[in-house]
Amino acid sequence: MEIPYTVSTRPDTGLWNAKIGIWLFLASEVMLFGGLFSAYIFLRIDAAPGMWPHGVLNVPVGTFNTCILIMSSVTVVLAWAALKMRRYRAYWWYMLATISCGIIFLVVKLAYEWPQKYDHFGIYIKSEALGKYEQYLGNAYAAEKELPPRLEITGHLHNPAALTDPNIKEYEVALDPLNADPTNPSMDRPHFLPLTVTHKIATIEKADVERATMFLPTHNAYFASYFTITGLHGLHVLAGVIVFIYMWLPVSKKVYQRNPEHLANRVEVSGLFWHFVDLIWIFVFPLFYLL
Amino acid sequence: MDASTSVETHHEPHGHDAAHEHHELGFWRKYIFSTDHKVIGIQYGLCGMVFLFFGFCLMMMMRWQLAYPGQAMPVIGKWLPHIFGAESMPDGKMTPNFYNSLGAMHGTIMIFLGVVPLAFAAFGNFVVPLQIGAPDMTFPKVNAASFWAFAVGGVVMSMSFFVPGGAAKGGWTSYVPLAAFDDTGPGRNPVFNGQTLWLIGFIFLITSSLLGAVNFITTIIQLRAKGLTWMRLPFFVWAQFVTAFLLLLAFPPLEAAIIMQLMDRLAHTSFFLPAGLVVNGAPVSISGGGNPLLWQHLFWFLGHPEVYVLILPAFGIVAEILANNSRKPLWGYKSLVFSVLVIGFLSFIVWAHHMWLTGMGSAVSAFFQTTTLLISIPSVIILSAFFISLWGGSIRFTVPMLFATAFLPMFGIGGLTGIPLAFNSADLYLHDTYYVIAHFHYIVAPGTIFGLFAGIYHWFPKATGRKMNDFWGKVHFWPTLVCMNVIFLPMFLQGMAGMHRRWYDGGQGWGVANEHTIWGLTGFQWNHPISWAAWIMGLAQIPFIINFFWCIKHGEKVNDNPWEATTLEWTAPSPPPHGNFVHTPVAYRGPYEYSLPGRERDFTMQSEPVEPAERTRRKPAAEPVLA
Repeated sequence: MEIPYTVSTRPDTGLWNAKIGIWLFLASEVMLFGGLFSAYIFLRIDAAPGMWPHGVLNVPVGTFNTCILIMSSVTVVLAWAALKMRRYRAYWWYMLATISCGIIFLVVKLAYEWPQKYDHFGIYIKSEALGKYEQYLGNAYAAEKELPPRLEITGHLHNPAALTDPNIKEYEVALDPLNADPTNPSMDRPHFLPLTVTHKIATIEKADVERATMFLPTHNAYFASYFTITGLHGLHVLAGVIVFIYMWLPVSKKVYQRNPEHLANRVEVSGLFWHFVDLIWIFVFPLFYLL
Repeated sequence: MDASTSVETHHEPHGHDAAHEHHELGFWRKYIFSTDHKVIGIQYGLCGMVFLFFGFCLMMMMRWQLAYPGQAMPVIGKWLPHIFGAESMPDGKMTPNFYNSLGAMHGTIMIFLGVVPLAFAAFGNFVVPLQIGAPDMTFPKVNAASFWAFAVGGVVMSMSFFVPGGAAKGGWTSYVPLAAFDDTGPGRNPVFNGQTLWLIGFIFLITSSLLGAVNFITTIIQLRAKGLTWMRLPFFVWAQFVTAFLLLLAFPPLEAAIIMQLMDRLAHTSFFLPAGLVVNGAPVSISGGGNPLLWQHLFWFLGHPEVYVLILPAFGIVAEILANNSRKPLWGYKSLVFSVLVIGFLSFIVWAHHMWLTGMGSAVSAFFQTTTLLISIPSVIILSAFFISLWGGSIRFTVPMLFATAFLPMFGIGGLTGIPLAFNSADLYLHDTYYVIAHFHYIVAPGTIFGLFAGIYHWFPKATGRKMNDFWGKVHFWPTLVCMNVIFLPMFLQGMAGMHRRWYDGGQGWGVANEHTIWGLTGFQWNHPISWAAWIMGLAQIPFIINFFWCIKHGEKVNDNPWEATTLEWTAPSPPPHGNFVHTPVAYRGPYEYSLPGRERDFTMQSEPVEPAERTRRKPAAEPVLA
């Protein structure tokens, strides 16, 4: 028994099966990420003033990753075109380039961007103690310039033992530039280039602290959605890479030798998925890095 | 092929050859890890029926607690502590926590492990490719993956009864913040606890329905037989087509919500948890900033289309059976098709009518109230068309037809009682009362499940080559019909008297359930007849179960088209071999050509070519279109 239209097109619809299948699958994926993005909107609109951080991600690295993904979308099209022209060697190289781009993206994300967050420390100050730390927060200055209130002191934790030891009564934090110099007008807006932590150290009493954690999903709604959405997107990149590796391995050369059009169709379908993953990133990047 | 002789031709040696080619497949590949749509359909069907019965058993246990609160369960009360643990059923008495588990899991199992697998996956898999004249689904391996994802989801859900703390108890809707803190804390595993397993099980079920939906839609678009144009599709195929779109597009937002609730439970985020939350008298240390309404919106974005996922396949089954047994064409085929499409579209924009009491604001409520009333229009068109289809027919009251005709008034009651709930002013009073329970159970229990029974009796001969016993079918039907009404009609009264659906003691400790009588019984006392009817209905399923399994081997042998039906699945041998058809079928006409004038027989199959004499009698639209 042979299932019709797996490779050739059905005359009245003009499509082969998997092409419809992948578009339907992508429609479903749109709804999945749509659900997550609408959660992002909900949470952001709901966030109390000062509770939605800006400029905490590394924009140049994000830009680099965006370029990598866009490049991989180009190479996957070239790989497909090479197959259509029956140039397997060229296909092999373009596919390798696509796979490499996918892996570079994941490495940058998992080995560089995420760990940087785990390393960063944020302390929400109790509202009654905000005045005590005015020198780091500059709320009077922020109010005057109509900036959102500043409720958080961030930087690198100098005494990590304070996280677990109840006998240590304060956190020592090497401050981020904003908290080191809160009335500096250049700190009013996020910067494109990331700023390094200063050498200025602040001592914050635990009694004045509302909540203090590393930049983990627990830290606030922003990081919760950041890690969830980029994590799920990363899983999609990983899935795409695995599929591409399968199509690049010698196993798929046999499919090519039997019916080159079959492999071309497979690359087209997985390429559509790859473009979709790319497109999701095009939404993720501005939502988390820029806006 | 001359299709008028199709009934007789299938036992030619040719058909046997087709079956012989595949004999090299071993037992495991043929029956367990099969990629054949018929085997997968039957696997789904058997699992779905087992889960339906399991979910019904949970409810029969709850009915004891509602009628006789706090009393030890007779007979089985001795074993239950050994099965569900002594902390759930000490001395055979149900604890409130266990009652909540049963309620949550009854809903979850019935809907997602019982009705959807049976109505959509089982009937869809078995019948749709046959009805469109296809050799199989477009992606047989994906189809098998879909079934196995479902099986894993089912195992995970069932397993959750046996972890410390028992199965999920936050209701089938798993509303936060309750569900976010259920089964957490000392003595509870962070992953192997009821609520977390519920979420993980759901991810598998959603994956399963995604794979199934993609497969169904592609199959219907691509593998229709030659000549089977869109407006010649049996209504059942249309219903499944729209259902597949609902599953495809409505489930993913719930998956997003489930991922977020998993994050809330495992990574301690606050997607759904507002700041300043107090649990058990102590403030919890969370970042806050989340919103419980977000969960409700995402949940009901699935939840409402899901209702139509439950009912549309039943519409499809009933349509086939009504036309077949009234021996006349389905009335208003085109309006039926367009109605089902409109329902599919509107079902995506009515979800917030489940949330009238959340304080969304009157503008939002007004919008959803309007769309909710709009969706009743196509539903009424469908039901009216079914009723009119009976008019003037020469009805055969076969067992499937009994269930299909009973479906009509039962679904009618369920649908019409929903209209007061659609108005947010009336719903303020009726919300979360037994009225709501009665309303949606009239739709899914004597509605959808009757449709499913009808379908099982109707297509059983196609799957096995044998018919189920008529007498025992009637013994199954009549008590089930009576009990269904004894169970659910009084619930309208209870609900209008103000009884709340989540009372663990059945209302015994509540004034409103005891101070007034309705037709001679107090609200609480009405629990007795309801519970007894539920248990009797449980007994009434025994004839069905025995009939079903007995007739697989010993039922009366029948030919390939025992119901004298018209659609393409009846041109295939019974049971159809791998690859389904002996000759590739071609459709020459619409799906319901019953009692065509000038014909010897009162049914004309889709595969019978249009005769020259017929052409002159017909409108040009009926000309064969060969795509």
